[in-house]
Amino acid sequence: MANLSVNIGPLRLQNPVLTASGTFGYGEEFEDLMDINSLGGIIVKGTSLHPRQGNPAPRMVETPSGMLNAVGLQNKGVDHFIEHIYPRIAKKYTSEIIVNVAGSCVSDYVEVCEKLAPLDRIRAIEVNISCPNVKQGGMAFGTTCEGAAEVTKAVRQKWPKALIMKLSPNVTSIVDIAKAAEAEGADSVSLINTLMGMAIDVKRRRPYLSTITGGLSGPAVRPVAVRMVWQVAKAVGIPVIGLGGIASTDDALQFIMAGATAIQIGTANFINPRISQEVAAGLEQYCQENGLNDISEIRGIV
Amino acid sequence: MRVVSIGHIADSYALIKLSPLSGSLPEGIQPGQFAQIEIPDSKSTFLRRPISICMADYDADQIWLLVRNAGQGTSHMVNSSVGDIYNVLLPLGHGFSLPSKQGDSVLLVGGGVGVAPLLYFGKVLFEQGYKPVFALGARSAKDLLLLDEFKKYGPVHVSTEDGSAGEKGLITCNSVFASEISDIACCGPTPMMKAVAGIAASRGINCEVSLENMMACGLGACLCCVEDTADGNVCVCKNGPVFNINQLKWQI
Ligand SMILES: Cc1cc2nc3c(=O)[nH]c(=O)nc-3n(C[C@H](O)[C@H](O)[C@H](O)COP(=O)(O)OP(=O)(O)OC[C@H]3O[C@@H](n4cnc5c(N)ncnc54)[C@H](O)[C@@H]3O)c2cc1C
Ligand SMILES: Cc1cc2nc3c(=O)[nH]c(=O)nc-3n(C[C@H](O)[C@H](O)[C@H](O)COP(=O)(O)O)c2cc1C
Ligand code: FES
Repeated sequence: MANLSVNIGPLRLQNPVLTASGTFGYGEEFEDLMDINSLGGIIVKGTSLHPRQGNPAPRMVETPSGMLNAVGLQNKGVDHFIEHIYPRIAKKYTSEIIVNVAGSCVSDYVEVCEKLAPLDRIRAIEVNISCPNVKQGGMAFGTTCEGAAEVTKAVRQKWPKALIMKLSPNVTSIVDIAKAAEAEGADSVSLINTLMGMAIDVKRRRPYLSTITGGLSGPAVRPVAVRMVWQVAKAVGIPVIGLGGIASTDDALQFIMAGATAIQIGTANFINPRISQEVAAGLEQYCQENGLNDISEIRGIV
Repeated sequence: MRVVSIGHIADSYALIKLSPLSGSLPEGIQPGQFAQIEIPDSKSTFLRRPISICMADYDADQIWLLVRNAGQGTSHMVNSSVGDIYNVLLPLGHGFSLPSKQGDSVLLVGGGVGVAPLLYFGKVLFEQGYKPVFALGARSAKDLLLLDEFKKYGPVHVSTEDGSAGEKGLITCNSVFASEISDIACCGPTPMMKAVAGIAASRGINCEVSLENMMACGLGACLCCVEDTADGNVCVCKNGPVFNINQLKWQI
């Protein structure tokens, strides 16, 4: 059997398949439909210091091969996660549980990290500096090298375990942002978050979303994401986690061949709730059929 | 699941009966729950489409879906043929609750294609010894759906906006509302549900409505379908689609 395990800094994943934050709940929504423990890990919903109600409805609209969302980081806050959700999922799941951290100022990010640090099953966090939905914070950090560096540096001081910075594609040079995160000690970067987009209901002459603009995800963004992963993987020395529109094993392979060490599956979970498990099995089968001993043999071969 | 029969109703509706490819229907499907249907081979309708379970027929191992052609996805469904296969996730969500006493007078109010979940609810109520009464509204006679099916489980009162069948006017003006009512279950266009909720609230009638917010996952994972309620923003797909009106923040 080929070796599918990969390392993200100090974190070891049994295989490269993760589920993307905000698209897989806390795993529990899917556990009757698939085997969570067949994955490398799950990345849970964006978690902030204080509870957030998110944006008003309507929060989503379908677009060709994709969707726009404007959920706005609705979550019950880090304390609720630690008290009510973590004990449950830590007991049930053996695959890695990664918390996606959201914040509207640097101290928010840091406080959330400090609260998560004692949880022994949380061996990695993914810091969202890129959510395009939230009016303050989020966007601002991820769109400048200084902002990205500032958050990375602050979080790095308080978070000794694997640190993944999740990058926004809504920038001129994602390579520069990735380098800034690497320079401040990030163990990995994940990309891409959603692309900012907009759709108008011409019958009613108004935008579909309550927030007017929203984040585009799904197969529609995949070529953009593959390109960005390829550029970043060449430019940094830390492992890159690729995502954006992955809906099949071949899609996942594109990202790995572009240089990704691990991949995440997001919107595709909504159409086929078993897709992440199927891709994990598909990668294994690909290795077997192609005589690979280790998935890393095809990493970045393009 | 496989399409075992499809009946076209007027121009734009179809009653589709589906059976599992193997095995039997999942146990315990509740009235008011829904299914998420994948539309095959389409890039413009790549998300699943939520459709109410119109009937769960355990004797025949079939579910029925009553579908109105509203766009590409539903058009594909309305134009299916016997033998077509759909990937279906079901049952999803939280359905209608049974009234507290069997003697209670339960009114099931439906509008347009929103009558769908009330058929199964009517059947379950009837089989459990309740006496459901139906109030069904539509634009005109041709949009009244499955009347003969509803009649199996209780008296049916009808209103049409153009007066081509039953009483003329909106369903909320139907004379059946003058009777003694303890509970209402309602599904239809939002303005209709709000009007019914208004009547229920003013008369102290226990009332549940089934919401149709836009959905992506249908599993409670994405938080795209939320409704603002007494408990904040909650998922319609998981906590609903059926809600008691006293949970909702409707201005009624
Ligand atoms: C819980 C639930 C139960 C439903 N039950 C039924 C049912 O039993 N029978 C039935 O015919 N329809 C039902 N619907 C509505 C059905 O899901 C939509 O009509 C369908 O998704 C439209 O898809 P489309 O591709 O045909 O149209 P699209 O091209 O996607 O849209 C066509 C029009 O339909 C509207 N629409 C799209 N999605 C929804 C939605 N979720 N709710 C309301 N309007 C929508 C759009 O705004 C647009 O104006 C239900 C919806 C929900 C949420
Ligand atoms: C409904 C929805 C909610 C999301 N919520 C979050 C979130 O809370 N935090 C985050 O970092 N990314 C969030 N994302 C972005 C995804 O994790 C992912 O980066 C993006 O959707 C691209 O991947 P995909 O095309 O596979 O979905 C969300 C995406 C969707 C569709
Ligand atoms: S549709 Fe995803 S949470 Fe309801």
